[in-house]
Amino acid sequence: MKNIRNFSITAHIDHGKSTLADRLIQGAGLVADRDFHDQMLDTMDIERERGITIKSQTVAIPYKSKSGEEYVLNLIDTPGHVDFTYEVSRALASCEGVLLLVDASQGVEAQTVANLYLALEHDLEIIPVINKIDLPSADVNMSKEQIELELGLDSDNVILCSAKTGVGVEEILEAVIEKIPPPRDSEKEPLRALIFDAQYDPFRGAIIHCRVMDGSVKPGDSIRFMSLGTIYKVEEVGVFKLKHVKRKKLSAGEVGYIIAGVKTVSDTRIGDTVVHEGNTTAEPLAGFKVVKPVVFSSIYPIDSNDYNALADSLEKYKLNDASLIYQKDSSAALGHGFRCGFLGLLHLEVFQERLEREFNQSIIMTSPSVLYRFVLSSGEEVTVDNPEYYPDPMHIESALEPYIRASILFPEKYMGAVMQLCLNRRGENSHFSYPAPGRIELLFDMPLAEVIHDFYDKLKTITQGYGSFDYELTDYRKNDLVKIDILVNGERVDALAMIVHKDRARNRTKQVCDRLRDEIPRHMFKIAVQGAIGGKIIARSTIQAMRKDVLAKCYGGDISRKRKLLEKQAKGKKRMKTIGKVSIPQSAFVAVLKTQDE
Amino acid sequence: MIELTSPGIYVHVPFCRTKCAYCDFYSVTDCDIAERFLRAVETEAAMRGDEISGPVGSLYVGGGTPSAIDSELVSKIPGILSSSHGLESGAEVTVEVNPDDVTPAMLEAFLGGGFNRISIGVQSFDDSELAFLGRRHDAAGAAAAIEAARASGFERIGIDLIFGSAGQTLDSWRESLNRALEFDLEHISCYQLTLEPGTPLGERMLTGEAVCVEEEVQRTMFLETSSMLSGGGYTHYEISNFARGEENFSRHNMRYWLRRPYLGLGPSAHSFDGRVRRWNHRSVELWLDALQRGERPSAGEEELSGEQVRAERLMLGFRTLLGVETVLLKEHSGWEETLEELLEISLLRIEGDRVIPTVEGFLVADQLPLLFI
Repeated sequence: MKNIRNFSITAHIDHGKSTLADRLIQGAGLVADRDFHDQMLDTMDIERERGITIKSQTVAIPYKSKSGEEYVLNLIDTPGHVDFTYEVSRALASCEGVLLLVDASQGVEAQTVANLYLALEHDLEIIPVINKIDLPSADVNMSKEQIELELGLDSDNVILCSAKTGVGVEEILEAVIEKIPPPRDSEKEPLRALIFDAQYDPFRGAIIHCRVMDGSVKPGDSIRFMSLGTIYKVEEVGVFKLKHVKRKKLSAGEVGYIIAGVKTVSDTRIGDTVVHEGNTTAEPLAGFKVVKPVVFSSIYPIDSNDYNALADSLEKYKLNDASLIYQKDSSAALGHGFRCGFLGLLHLEVFQERLEREFNQSIIMTSPSVLYRFVLSSGEEVTVDNPEYYPDPMHIESALEPYIRASILFPEKYMGAVMQLCLNRRGENSHFSYPAPGRIELLFDMPLAEVIHDFYDKLKTITQGYGSFDYELTDYRKNDLVKIDILVNGERVDALAMIVHKDRARNRTKQVCDRLRDEIPRHMFKIAVQGAIGGKIIARSTIQAMRKDVLAKCYGGDISRKRKLLEKQAKGKKRMKTIGKVSIPQSAFVAVLKTQDE
Repeated sequence: MIELTSPGIYVHVPFCRTKCAYCDFYSVTDCDIAERFLRAVETEAAMRGDEISGPVGSLYVGGGTPSAIDSELVSKIPGILSSSHGLESGAEVTVEVNPDDVTPAMLEAFLGGGFNRISIGVQSFDDSELAFLGRRHDAAGAAAAIEAARASGFERIGIDLIFGSAGQTLDSWRESLNRALEFDLEHISCYQLTLEPGTPLGERMLTGEAVCVEEEVQRTMFLETSSMLSGGGYTHYEISNFARGEENFSRHNMRYWLRRPYLGLGPSAHSFDGRVRRWNHRSVELWLDALQRGERPSAGEEELSGEQVRAERLMLGFRTLLGVETVLLKEHSGWEETLEELLEISLLRIEGDRVIPTVEGFLVADQLPLLFI
């Protein structure tokens, strides 16, 4: 027991968390060099490409310390994005300590601060690490100063490392065993294990990742998930050594997996407590909550014949992503599809990309919406996550929308631009402070709806990559919200409807109309694109009729080349959605999502 | 309308003295192997005798530049194919020439060899436009070639013109058309300059240079061409082609557009036997090698599905005055509404059991089939 250490690495996106994890695994000789590849723990293509971790992974690293003692270091890798804060908090609850990683050239960022608070909440030992010291742009002194001033940590204890070159890796491993306390020995107590993740295996069902807090669990035990009340028989327990390694039992302080005939990950709840079936008096471990989606969007197959294939794909997808919520939906414009709920915009983007890449589904996604509340004149309150169900305005007493508290960290010189961006997005009640010289932390109350489009992209652009952003949901506030309908050639396109603040309606509508004008190809006739509130047109643009095409000659007997071009165009047209007489390409629906120019 | 039931033959002469700035047809500038080339055409014709049946109704010797090689050699081609496949009496036998190559001796040789139609690559009657296009002749040379052809006894003369190159104005284009009208030609082709990747002009466009006129100007030029030549007694029978009466339509090209069988001989030539489309190797060497080994020099072929046949019939039909049989549209759901609309905005008109594109319809001919697929 005293030779176990449970720890995690937290960092702002792109500060080198996965590379450091690679190096720790490699440094401990857990994997032969020939089997080694970068971002060992990021198993999805999209994780490697974007440099983010979406699913957490866990690995037990055997380590022989300088003093010659054998240790098991359980590294619990965590998702590195604000959408997954709850998952991160459960992973941290499974640890006794954390490596807080700071990029030597970027310094402390918004998520570093958020991660620090999370770690403090869980009473964890914090080891600050400055990474990427090999970069020419590395500024170790600046980073140390920020760690001292912005995080309030003693900069003398900072470990300098380069996960890329391997400098400092051994020092980190030593610090993990010296500074992070061993888990409490409570094997004699009744079983309580914390579920911090679950992954789907086609043969075994859900593989439950857990930290045994008290007692022990072994194959044959009957266990109960406290929040759900479901009971299972344990088939296998084990630990993670890149692959799953079977063990006779898992005891207090250990991190490992349980296989117990649980069909899918949706049959588990992250943060839930596992106890023995007969134990009816156990206190659940603190911090459990049911995660609810905050961003909603509908998806439709581009070719309506692919509906069943899409349904199958969603079912498979859901096996491994319990936080995805979906139900059947249908649109007059786009046919049958699904309404999906996500933890945030990144979750949505990842979903869209994985669906296209791993499941080979071509989809059209509607503009993301938040969950609105409407109080009707009858006194009844309705929640609406889809503009389609916006209540009759005659009966709306008041409209409420979710707000966030945004925390934005950036170099001082961008103050004007960032301030403007937040004000444009209906930010209010701002506060700012200088956590370190030249650095500003700006706090804003903002409607969630205003950040789900492309707020983060915009922030990155205006701060030349130096701005970082984190948020927490706070409350619902009353606002003047209207529903905008988009009409193409006089036909309402339900999938393009949106709910926006009244003051922003005209601009936003004009932008959408203009984007559609640019994306919809010319037809033989003139097409009007209009935006309306109720029956009233508030913006319009026009797509002129096509009056001349390329008059390429068809000559010399080469008919095949021209026919192949025609076939390609016809195929492209089939991928478009037909609204009335107008063919709308998928790109037009996507372009509308990106419409929020300041 | 003409029946054109007999097949056609196309011979691709892959030689040019120099390459024009816009051309992406296959050619080499080494004319020394012309004699070998001609023997190989003979071999290919003999080998592929069974791909088309019956005597040939049209023969077209194009390129490349047939006039770039020894005219005595080119003059043998009609005889060679007459003995391998047979030529219908009154068959259309066309040769393409460059104005600067034309000599009385050449014209005499062509007529003697059996050519009865000549197509002259005039392109423009404006010297600066000709220089821009990379042509070796000037306007005076073009006029001289036309006159020489007429004087030699050619009764069917056609010229090619190109519009839409940078620097050309509506007025200078009208000027070229007026010059063309003066010659009382049987056939005039007016091509809009198209920029093909890999050609010098295509490359210059990629660097951002303006190599053609604005789209609206192109449109005006096209409409002006149609109205001027129609006024001059020509029938606008295909997007780019005008003829003095139906008897002067290019019967060879009509075979392409009507999907009649044709045999293509020579490097890069395309063939269609009514069912299968195939195309020869583009390179002279590969083409020669295949023939030497006694193999058909095809680089590829495709057998058309029913759907592809329909696509071709729509695609080609909407480019000509023959149009498309109305019944062909019916396979597409919602065709009636679409057709009604196109009639209303005057892109199509109905003539008997066919729908025919208007001049405005020609302008969007590539879009029309898409509305019915």
